[in-house]
Amino acid sequence: MKMKKSALIGFAVAAALGASVVQAADQYIGLPSYRVGPYAAGGTGIYGGMIDYFQLINERDGGINGVKLTWDECETEYNNARGVECYERQKKNGPTGNTVVHPLSTGITYSLIDKVAVDKIPIISIGYGRTDATDGRYFPYVFPLITNYWSQSTAKIKFIGMKEGGMDKLKGKKIVNIYHDSAYGKETIPVLDAQAKKYGFTVKHIPVAHPGNEQQSQWLQVRQEKPDWVILRGWGVMSAVAIKAAAKVGFPREKMVGVWWSGAEEDTIPAGSAAKGYIAAGFNVAGTNYPVMKDIQKYVYAKGKGNMDDKSRVGSIYHNRGVVHGIITVEAIRKAQEKFGKGKSITGEQMRWGIENLNIDNAMLKKLGAEGFMPELKISCMDHEGSGKVKFQQWDGKQWKVITDWIDADKSIVRPMIEESAAKYGKEKNIAPRDCSKES
Amino acid sequence: MLYREAGQFKASYKEDQQIFPIRQDRIAIALILAFFYLGVPYFASQYWLQGIMIPVLIFSLAAIGLNILTGYAGQLSLGSAAFMAVGAFAAYNFVLRVPGMPILVAFVLAGLCAAAVGMVFGLPSLRIKGFYLAVATLAAQFFIVWALTKFPWFSNHSSSGVITAQKVVILGYVFETPEAKYLLTLGVVTVLALLAKNMVRSSIGRSWMAIRDMDVAAEVIGIRPMHTKLMAFAVSSFYCGVAGALYAYTYLGTVEPEGFNLDLSFRILFMVIIGGVGSIMGSFLGAAFIVLLPIFLNISMHMLGDWVPQGLASNLELIVFGGLIIFFLIVEPHGLARLWQIGKEKLRLWPFPH
Repeated sequence: MKMKKSALIGFAVAAALGASVVQAADQYIGLPSYRVGPYAAGGTGIYGGMIDYFQLINERDGGINGVKLTWDECETEYNNARGVECYERQKKNGPTGNTVVHPLSTGITYSLIDKVAVDKIPIISIGYGRTDATDGRYFPYVFPLITNYWSQSTAKIKFIGMKEGGMDKLKGKKIVNIYHDSAYGKETIPVLDAQAKKYGFTVKHIPVAHPGNEQQSQWLQVRQEKPDWVILRGWGVMSAVAIKAAAKVGFPREKMVGVWWSGAEEDTIPAGSAAKGYIAAGFNVAGTNYPVMKDIQKYVYAKGKGNMDDKSRVGSIYHNRGVVHGIITVEAIRKAQEKFGKGKSITGEQMRWGIENLNIDNAMLKKLGAEGFMPELKISCMDHEGSGKVKFQQWDGKQWKVITDWIDADKSIVRPMIEESAAKYGKEKNIAPRDCSKES
Repeated sequence: MLYREAGQFKASYKEDQQIFPIRQDRIAIALILAFFYLGVPYFASQYWLQGIMIPVLIFSLAAIGLNILTGYAGQLSLGSAAFMAVGAFAAYNFVLRVPGMPILVAFVLAGLCAAAVGMVFGLPSLRIKGFYLAVATLAAQFFIVWALTKFPWFSNHSSSGVITAQKVVILGYVFETPEAKYLLTLGVVTVLALLAKNMVRSSIGRSWMAIRDMDVAAEVIGIRPMHTKLMAFAVSSFYCGVAGALYAYTYLGTVEPEGFNLDLSFRILFMVIIGGVGSIMGSFLGAAFIVLLPIFLNISMHMLGDWVPQGLASNLELIVFGGLIIFFLIVEPHGLARLWQIGKEKLRLWPFPH
């Protein structure tokens, strides 16, 4: 078949590619961002926060040990195929290639898992992505940091137990799990079932079809069931609609607990006054009352170099989540530089070592000006999650208020399930597990 | 002057019936194929192969599939992505559950599975037509994605419902590098495209076109509508199914049912419309247009540098993309394939137009 036309377009693209060359002694990070489409609220906020933090490091500290951070963005539209194209486009940029990938999309993360192992570029997927990648023996290049969906689900049940006055009080209670009918939404069903068995509560799973802007029948079902708690596993437009629908059937919002992807200002503000009292988990908090956020205001926004178009979103859940991504990325690069040469650009392979040996304790968080802003984090070869802690926040009608301290996940439930799933993956793909005692 | 068939006489039926009756066309095709088989893997970078060539080829195949159904047989379908999903999941399950299953056989079986599903959802086409049929195929789109998510057997009980394609091994050779994967994709696409081209020139293709142009008249001259329409659904779904298997095995590596959503179906339909309804060539042009243009726009926005904020650049990309689609449809409603044909006719007369 004749493909002259495509070849012509191709040459033009190739010519365009040649133009983006970054200078040496830089650390290049390719960002596959999404600023259009249904999930743009998350994309602009998180990538914006990440870029703001990188900018802060360059402006305030002159880079990491003198190595300036450079980055560019590639629009993925939250689409897997575009995400792969962006990854391929960015992986050779910069003096040492792409350092680390932040796909911020479970679908794109899945599509890249095989590729990054070949190219030796780590993926950081904070709070999304492949849960069983927590077992670093089978997934050396994938880091679902801080907390995965299963950990979060156990923390949620713990929180509900706390509210009920003890885990033993959960017996006989009824919990409804309203979930986005997709791979993402279904992921916590086995963990919830396991916990229901352990604590003696009943759980009912009610799916909501994508995108979820019509939930009347689901909430009528909730009204019939009369559950004690509702867990909301939403994403995008579904969360706000669920909150409004709950108000319509008169379900108390104080008894609704959302996942972190349905716990941002973008989910509650559209629901208006109905959202008051709604609770959501989060691995980062909102607000600008932290030294790191003040520095971003002072060094980045005061100089007009901020990434957010809407300045009022600085300090929102998504923006702060981006700052958390930035902190972890920068500290992992610093760690890798300590081993492989300070003041030098590191490679993706060295970055992988940096992430795997990352240890951000409270003293360090204090130094970074982020104490209480994000949980402590200690990664190892066995544990690519490193924390499992979340805080619960409640919407007071104007802003998110933190109502608990960091709540730990119940690893005794989650870990065996993760190891089983990872071992199955290893068997399917013929991957022998690494021996973690030999990793340094 | 160069492109002139004067002096090329057809002495036999065989010569008269070949795909490319003009000698210059045959030479051009040979050169183009040689370029894509030998030149591209040698010169193109990993990004080019993995990020651009492979997806264009796979979507071309899916577009050929839809073009057979919509362009040649005249049955509008919005379920192409779902048939791709059937292909991807079927291939995965065949390789997983049948020990020693050769991968190419698995691709063919995956295509046959998709064909069977396609025939089931093609049954309403015997009673309803046009936009109503589009709605019926929409049901296929939602039902298949739902079923693949609902029943964990399809994804081998993976908690997230995601499947990871196994290694592609043919006769002991592991297709791991982008070059190898590209050549495999190109091989499959070449064979199937050639097959499609011949199919639409044969009696089955002619009966599809007869049904498309006027089904009552077609019935009167002895074409069985049920047989023909279901055949079109089967062949079309077969192509989509193989494209889906390639999508999982040579392109993404890991796929989820959600990835084969309505959006992808629309994208394939746009490829057919932009490329040219009822043209194999157009399927390639349309796929290249829809896949490459956004990437090209994205890269050219980057060249503008810092003074275009990223958010604005991303939105501009969509605006320009949409604008160009409308522009092309206005200047040439018959698609890129028609532009190509006009170019060829002009070239025939050059340099002495009337």
